[in-house]
Amino acid sequence: MTRPIREALVVFGYQLRLILREPVWVVIGLIQPLIYLALFGPLLEPIAKATPGFPPGDAWQVFVPGLLIQLGIFGSMFVGFGLLGEMRAGVVERMRVSPASRFALLFGRVMRDTLVLLVQAVVLTLVALAFGLELVPGGALITLGIVALLGVALSSLSYTAALRLKSEDALAPLLNMVSVPVLLLSGILLPMTLAPHWLYSLSRANPFSHVVEGARAAFRGDFGATSLAAGLVAAAFLAAVSLWLATRTFARESA
Amino acid sequence: MITTRGLARTFKTRAGLVEAVRGVDFEVAAGEIVGFLGPNGAGKTTTQRMLATLLAPTAGEATVAGADLRREPRRVRERIGYVAQGGMTNPTALVAEELVMQARLFGIPRPDAEARARRLLAELDLAGLDARPVKTLSGGQRRRLDIALGLVHGPPLVFLDEPSTGLDPHSRANLWGHIRGLRDRDGATVFLTTHYLDEADALCDRILVIDHGRVVAEGSPEALKRRVSGDVVTLALDGDPAAAAALLAAQPNVRAVQPVDGGVRVTVERGDAEAIALMRVLDGAGVRVASLSVARPSLDDVFLTMTGRSLRDDAPAAAPGGAP
Ligand SMILES: Nc1ncnc2c1ncn2[C@@H]1O[C@H](COP(=O)(O)OP(=O)(O)OP(=O)(O)O)[C@@H](O)[C@H]1O
Ligand SMILES: [Mg+2]
Repeated sequence: MTRPIREALVVFGYQLRLILREPVWVVIGLIQPLIYLALFGPLLEPIAKATPGFPPGDAWQVFVPGLLIQLGIFGSMFVGFGLLGEMRAGVVERMRVSPASRFALLFGRVMRDTLVLLVQAVVLTLVALAFGLELVPGGALITLGIVALLGVALSSLSYTAALRLKSEDALAPLLNMVSVPVLLLSGILLPMTLAPHWLYSLSRANPFSHVVEGARAAFRGDFGATSLAAGLVAAAFLAAVSLWLATRTFARESA
Repeated sequence: MITTRGLARTFKTRAGLVEAVRGVDFEVAAGEIVGFLGPNGAGKTTTQRMLATLLAPTAGEATVAGADLRREPRRVRERIGYVAQGGMTNPTALVAEELVMQARLFGIPRPDAEARARRLLAELDLAGLDARPVKTLSGGQRRRLDIALGLVHGPPLVFLDEPSTGLDPHSRANLWGHIRGLRDRDGATVFLTTHYLDEADALCDRILVIDHGRVVAEGSPEALKRRVSGDVVTLALDGDPAAAAALLAAQPNVRAVQPVDGGVRVTVERGDAEAIALMRVLDGAGVRVASLSVARPSLDDVFLTMTGRSLRDDAPAAAPGGAP
C-alpha cells in the first residue's frame, strides 16, 4: 500500500468514527430527499403520462435518479462547515504539521463523506422501490458510481471554499447562491427536455444536467446511450478537477 | 537544530500591513531547552509557526532539524513536534483515539501508537481518561493532552507554544520535569515560548527575548540577569512616590528609578551598599521609608531594561506597523 493511501485511510478511519458517534447527521441528510420522494414523486406520475417530451421510462425511473443526484450535490455541499469547526479547534493545523501528504489529509475526509453519501443513496433507492420504482440493478449500480463521483467533487469543492473563505458567515451565502441555479438548471426535478429552447441551451452549460441525464439513461437500462457516457465523463471530470483544486488549497500555507 | 537567517513575516490585513516578525537570526543547538520570552504580540507564535512549516516566511531562511524550511518542509515535519498555543483537539473525539491517530499520521503502526499513547497519558497524569470524549476534560487536562499530541511520535525537536497556560502548580511542575526528561533522557531539543519568568528561569538553558518582532537579547538566564548589571532596591514609602522617584533619580549611583505601587524600585550597582544611602537621602527630604528590600535582578528586570516595558503589564501590543 502506498504511503498517501495509508495516510488517507488513517484520516478516513478517524473521521468515520467521529461521524458514527453522532449518526443523527446521516439521518437528517436523508430526510429532505425522502420528503421529495413521498410528496413530489406522486405528482409526476400523471404528468409523465400526459406530457409530450417527457423522457422515456416511467415517472419513478425519471425522478429517482434525479433525487439521487440531488442528494449527491446537497449531501456533500455542506461538509466545509465541519472543516471550519476543526480548523478553529486547531485539529487541521495539527494534521498539517505531520508529514502526511496534503492529498491524504484531504482525501481521507472526502472518502468519509462519499461513504456516508452512498449509504444514504442506497437507503433512498430502497425506499423508492416501495413507491413502485422498477429497478434495473446494473443501472442503479452505475448511478451509485456517479453519485460517488459527485460526492468526491462536491465535498472537495466545499472544503476548498471553506479553506479559502475561513468563515461560516461567508460560506453559507456562497453555497446558497450557487446551489439554486445549479439545481434549477440540472433538470433534477423536471426534465430539461420540457424547457423552452433558450433554457434548454443554458442548462447544457451546466455539467450537472449531463450527469442527471446519464443517471436517467442508466436507471432505465439504456446502457448504450450517449447521454450515459457523457454523464459519466462529466462526473469524472468534476471529481478530478475538484480534487486537484482542493489538494492544492490544502497544501497552501494559508489553509 | 535550528538556524534562522533574517526570518520575517508580514501579514496583510484590511487595516494595512502587520510586521509580526522583522528578521530574526538565532541558533538553537541540539539538546538545548530554549525559551522564547516576550510580551503579547511580540511575534513568538508567528516565529514558531514559520519554523513548524505552518506559515510561509515572507523573507529569510531557516534550517530546522537538519532540513531546509522552504525546500524540504516534509523532512522538517518528520522531525518536529508542535503544540499550538490555542489547543488542537477535537471535542467529540476520544482521548486515546486522538493520540493514536496523530502517531499514525507520522507512520507509526497502530500497536506501537497505542503503546505510546498509554505511556504518555500516564506520564502526563492523564491515565484512565483514554476513553473519555475530549470535551469532558478539564481545561488543564485538555492542555496536557495537547502537549501529549505534540510528543506522541517522539520528535527530536519540539516546539511548545505557552505549554503551561492553564495548568495548576502541581501540573506545571510535572510538565517541567517532563520537558527536562525530554532533553536528559531522549536528547531532544525543546523550543518553548512563555510569559512566565519563573518558568523561563527554572527550565531554560538559554533565553531569547523578543519584542516587536525582533530578538532584543539572548543568553542564559544568569547571563541575561548579569547584563542588567545591578540590583534592585524596592522602597515602600508613606509619601508621594513620584516626588521620591525624582529625588532618587538625581543620585549619582542610581541607574534607573521606577515608581511602583506605594513606593519606588531603584536599580543600583550594589544593592547592599547603596540601600542605606538611598534611605538617608529620603530621610533627609522628609520621606518616611516603611520598608526596604534588596533583590538580584529578575528576568522581568532584564525585560524592562531591554524594552522599556514590563512583561507583567501584558499590555495589548501597539500596532507594530508604525513603531520603529
Ligand atoms: N493571521 C494574522 N493576521 C494578521 N496579523 C496577525 C496574524 N497573526 C498574528 N498577527 C499579528 O502579528 C503580531 C505577532 O503575533 P504573535 O501571535 O506572533 O504574537 P505572540 O508573541 O505569540 O503573542 P502572545 O503572547 O499574545 O501569544 C501581532 O501583532 C498579531 O496581531
Ligand atoms: Mg503567541
